[in-house]
Amino acid sequence: MQDFAESFAIAFTLVVQLDPDLMEIVGLSLKVSLSAVAVSALIGLPLGAALGMARFPGRSVFIVLVNALMGMPPVVVGLLVYLMLSNAGPFGWMRLLYSPGAMIIAQTILITPIIAALTRDIVERLHEEYADYFRSLGVSSAGCLGALLWDARYSLLTVGLAGFGRAIAEVGAVMIVGGNIDHLTRVMTTAIALETSKGDLALALALGVILLALALTVNASVMLLRGTAVRTAYA
Amino acid sequence: MLPLVTKNLGFKVNGAILINDLSMTLDADGVSVVMGPNGAGKSVLLRLLHGLMEPTSGTIRWAGQAPDEWLRRRQAMMFQRPILLRRSVRANMDFALRQRARGNQREKIDALLGHVGLKDLAERPARRLSGGEQQRLALARALALEPEVLFMDEPAASLDPASTVTIETVVRELKESGTKVVFVTHDVAQARRIADDIVFLHRGRLLEQSDAVTFFEQPSSSEARQYLDGKIII
Amino acid sequence: MTYTVRKPLRLIAVTALAGFITAASWASIVAADDDSIILQSTTSTLNSGLYDFLLPEFTAKTGITVNVVAVGTGQAIKNAVNGDGDVLLVHAKPAEEKFVADGFGVERFDVMYNDFIVVGLPSDPAGLREAKTATDALTRIAKADALFASRGDNSGTHKKEMSLWKSAGIDPTTASGEWYRETGSGMGATLNAAVGMGAYTMTDRATWISFKNKGDYIIVLEGDDALFNQYGITLVNPQKHPHVNVKAGQAFIDWILSDEGQAKIAAYTLDGQQLFFPNAGTK
Repeated sequence: MQDFAESFAIAFTLVVQLDPDLMEIVGLSLKVSLSAVAVSALIGLPLGAALGMARFPGRSVFIVLVNALMGMPPVVVGLLVYLMLSNAGPFGWMRLLYSPGAMIIAQTILITPIIAALTRDIVERLHEEYADYFRSLGVSSAGCLGALLWDARYSLLTVGLAGFGRAIAEVGAVMIVGGNIDHLTRVMTTAIALETSKGDLALALALGVILLALALTVNASVMLLRGTAVRTAYA
Repeated sequence: MLPLVTKNLGFKVNGAILINDLSMTLDADGVSVVMGPNGAGKSVLLRLLHGLMEPTSGTIRWAGQAPDEWLRRRQAMMFQRPILLRRSVRANMDFALRQRARGNQREKIDALLGHVGLKDLAERPARRLSGGEQQRLALARALALEPEVLFMDEPAASLDPASTVTIETVVRELKESGTKVVFVTHDVAQARRIADDIVFLHRGRLLEQSDAVTFFEQPSSSEARQYLDGKIII
Repeated sequence: MTYTVRKPLRLIAVTALAGFITAASWASIVAADDDSIILQSTTSTLNSGLYDFLLPEFTAKTGITVNVVAVGTGQAIKNAVNGDGDVLLVHAKPAEEKFVADGFGVERFDVMYNDFIVVGLPSDPAGLREAKTATDALTRIAKADALFASRGDNSGTHKKEMSLWKSAGIDPTTASGEWYRETGSGMGATLNAAVGMGAYTMTDRATWISFKNKGDYIIVLEGDDALFNQYGITLVNPQKHPHVNVKAGQAFIDWILSDEGQAKIAAYTLDGQQLFFPNAGTK
């Protein structure tokens, strides 16, 4: 397979030349997926933490549901969001279909369950340790939630990374709701799908290599941050 | 809020009776020490009194009043293994203080940390401290709340001598300032040093409650006698 | 050891709501602007590079951005029925005419054509090169149980293929999963699959010429009139979907049907071959 060597050569050339189309696509990929992670964190962290510390009837059902939603296929999420945002759908008036906004919404729905479920697990374990002290001290529910999230922050970085990994890598949802429109909604994964369908496997693979490098960079920088924090002992 | 009166107090978990029909009164003055062999129910009793668990039968009354959130906020508790937040020593103090009052209390924190010998460690991560330092931080944190009642669940078990001395000194100071201390230990020597009265538990039952001098000189139950003689009692 | 029930639940509700509001407000900032249209079109036209050649000139002239969503003809029409597009440019005349008759489109115009071809291995196991017509070729495939990769996705190409099977009097779907392989994917993916498993497949000529993973594949059937591939353009009906950008959409249609637009289509070549042949105005 000469494709591999060729792909790395193409990837290298694209990156070195700072190919403007590539930069645009990489930029949009990062913008969409990082926004989705941010919004998901806003929803998923408190939701997961609340599930981790609260005891209420139906809690286990709720947890099973959230865990199950982690396995939602991106295509299904894409289809649901398409049906919602389509002009024939209930939110068509927002005119969001085929925009980066639609892609952020789809990815947010896709990864919020991941963030919530993993947060629940981490916070629940921390809460088991802290519960007696918080009760003794008379900390309010909101106070507990905030303190647990804050004290778990370095573990939660990994949770954010898991969400980011899934968002940046998925193609099914953004393809449907974004439409893979050049200069508007084309991201790394949909560009890879397009080049594959054009039979340009070397270029597709080259983009794949760049996507991987991108994911590696983000992961490495976050883990580095976490590593420093752990060494200075807030673990 | 004292006296603390329990009536027919009981606590069961999965059919195991951990506290059995326990009625007693703790008065406002002096240090009450809860003693008994391992598994006697000392920690469970303390957690019930502080309100961390609900009794399955019987009642607890603080000066006639049923326990609630507000009464608990006038108490504090130290655990055998201190529960410290994953933050600096100062932030641990700050978190506790903020549950009672707003605002920056840097000076108060510094004074309290100085009192337990942790002043130089204020910016260190709490969970990187030694066992004794951790327990002294827990002590400073409890003092910061200025509780009317302080529950201490074997705070000095397996601590270094210096930390043990600090803790016992603070217990004496609290007593002088009028704070009620309820102290669990199975260290007879320690009990002799600090106790004004003794609550002796065995297998979830109250076998004896008397002033310290009487308890150590003439224990009325055979179990307490054996226990004080250093024998294993079953 | 439990917290009160209501507080966390309320907290969940409030945070979820706040999150969605944030998401919606941020999303609306990044929505498409007004001076653009969405063109629901097919993969064959996008993959061939035609739009990259045509659209910059149109945009330079009018200031209108054309956002191309490239899917199968079936899905493109479905999306247009839902109002998720301003203009439809696809290649399945009967389906397009039904789209207009149902009131979803204003009027359909012929734009351009090319032809379908069948590609396969040079060894040509079913002997398609000797076939005189498309129906003859398909009959040979079925007789030889030779592998055939079908789009199977209700696209324009798929509709055409099914109509050819019908005129050959063969129902290939009875052999689905045996020699008849339905990929359910776009043209490019189906070509990749066909090359991968050594199957015949039918493709439009534009996609074939621009396809880069041909392997040793060759054209084994071409030239039958039955393989004619007509593209048409339709404005989505603003009476069904009031937000349709009629002004910009009509401007695009007018331009592509104009002498200038038609000449531009004719000028597009790849490897020295013309991919699309303009035929606006002919009926």
